Amino acid sequence: MLIPTLLVIYTLTFVLIHATPGGPWSQGDKPVPPLVLKRLNAAYGLDKPLWRQYTDYLWNVLHGDFGPSFTSRSRTVTDIIKDTFPISLQLGIVAMMLAVFAGITLGVIAAINHNRTTDYVCGFISIAGISTPSYVVVSLLVLLLSSQLHLVPTGGWNGITDTRVIIPAVALALYPAAVLARYTRSSMLDVLSADYVRTARAKGLNETVVITRHAIRNALLPVVTVGAIILADVVTGSFYVETIYQVPGIGRYFVESITSRDYPVILGTVLLFGALVSVMNLIVDILYPLLDPRMSN
Amino acid sequence: MATATSALIPSAEIAAKAGRVEGFWGSALRQLTRNKLAVISAVFIIVLGVSAIIVPEIYPRTYAEQNYDAITQGPSREYPMGTDQLGRDIFIRLIFGARISLTVGLVVQAVILLIGVPAGLAAGFFGGKVDTVIMRIVDILYAMPSLLFVIIIMTYLRGTLNSNPGGFWEYISKIDKATGGLVGVYIGLGLIGWLTVSRIVRANTLSLKSQDFSTAAESLGASRGRIMFRHLLPNTIAPIVVATTLGIPSAILSESGISFLGLGVIPPMPSWGLMISESIVSMRSHPYMLIFPAMAISLTVLAFNFLGDGLRDALDPWMKR
Repeated sequence: MLIPTLLVIYTLTFVLIHATPGGPWSQGDKPVPPLVLKRLNAAYGLDKPLWRQYTDYLWNVLHGDFGPSFTSRSRTVTDIIKDTFPISLQLGIVAMMLAVFAGITLGVIAAINHNRTTDYVCGFISIAGISTPSYVVVSLLVLLLSSQLHLVPTGGWNGITDTRVIIPAVALALYPAAVLARYTRSSMLDVLSADYVRTARAKGLNETVVITRHAIRNALLPVVTVGAIILADVVTGSFYVETIYQVPGIGRYFVESITSRDYPVILGTVLLFGALVSVMNLIVDILYPLLDPRMSN
Repeated sequence: MATATSALIPSAEIAAKAGRVEGFWGSALRQLTRNKLAVISAVFIIVLGVSAIIVPEIYPRTYAEQNYDAITQGPSREYPMGTDQLGRDIFIRLIFGARISLTVGLVVQAVILLIGVPAGLAAGFFGGKVDTVIMRIVDILYAMPSLLFVIIIMTYLRGTLNSNPGGFWEYISKIDKATGGLVGVYIGLGLIGWLTVSRIVRANTLSLKSQDFSTAAESLGASRGRIMFRHLLPNTIAPIVVATTLGIPSAILSESGISFLGLGVIPPMPSWGLMISESIVSMRSHPYMLIFPAMAISLTVLAFNFLGDGLRDALDPWMKR
């Protein structure tokens, strides 16, 4: 499934970007002289027939070469991905760890206090988290933590050990945390009414042991599925946060490449993200029967 | 929202007039009105929708009108929410933004229903090869990085419209101008968003198809089309209503996000996302410019989510918790 999926994604993207009027050299203020245009097109292979460009690029990608970038002319797309993608990935993983911790905690607390005030408060927090876009969260956090309290810098990136990771990670984590909290809560409620939990209680185990050893472990199974898919979402959807907080990740590059018609960067990013989403789905499919033996037959 | 109430109220009224036992929709409506958050949300959405239609017609200023004597003023009696860097009235821009957002929410859902419902119905009903082909397409599109895809479609459509291709594109171009350049967003979000609805409809059709009432209809000689549209589809309306209501906020969020990046609505047409991005530069000196549109997005999305959750609880007796 992975290969045909990526092939379709590549073909769709290729057709769409080449069907869009205007090319990479017509985006500046001044028109490029015809001779220069011809040379540029020849140098980047844009004068070849479209089907040839399609197969050439595909061939190069299969050999690990995503082509030259049109806008940063000294670098190839592979270089750009190597520089920027790890940053997005690190940011995404930190955000995801925050989200998993906060979301599961919130969901479990809500389920234990089912239909009490605590449950409603947790529910309100998670639905508010779903309703607030990440760029609003970043802006508000910068306003509060950087401008008012002067705790962290107002932007930039210096690895995941620096305080600069806090604002983008929290902003990115809010939405997945809220989604995970809702899934955990409903899954926890299912488990808490299961027979084996009643058995555990009946044999006199104290409530903490019942919850941590018997309930949570089973309740987290469906959450794993959602979690892996959300991780792909978080890594690929980080460009608002990256743009505002000036994190040099891949999301920022994508937005720039769209406006400047940087074909190889657009294709490279879309393919990379498509592969990431597909691989995540694949991992879930493989992992799930291992975690839950009931699913394997 | 509009689809939800208009679908709910008439059947409840008919049931009341006829003095019959309360039907499915009647009991769902009663359930829904007992949920305070859902009722408050519905009222909020109706007020927002009505003011988005009426206020711009009676308000003294328009969204693009600039007053250079009143630049970046805080909220006052004349300007209830203050003015921005260009001396434009934030209140009326916010109301216009509501028009944009609600339109995006509704139009995108309409596109999604137009594609997703027939696809899901066909896949579930015919099974076999039809099912395999449709579900393969769904699987592949699920792996598409959705926001990137929407942005690419957007750029394609805008580029094509700007180059004046004429003919059929003329009409699209007119609609595009009237909506502030968002036709690409409608189409893009619609093309990527129908997957979930089609999966829901398919799963429902599959389970309904094997139930006694469809077998009965079939043995009475009902045609395939009749079984599909008169027997299976009406029984799938409830999950479709829920999915549609919960899909509106995500369409609104996507549009505001794309506009925030500067790839959506064309200025001076306001969009909540665009207003937020314009206010970020000066958020330290003029926080109100950021707070109002941010609150507008969050409250609207929150209201649709509450309403959708309420509808789900009311319409799905097995999901009640």
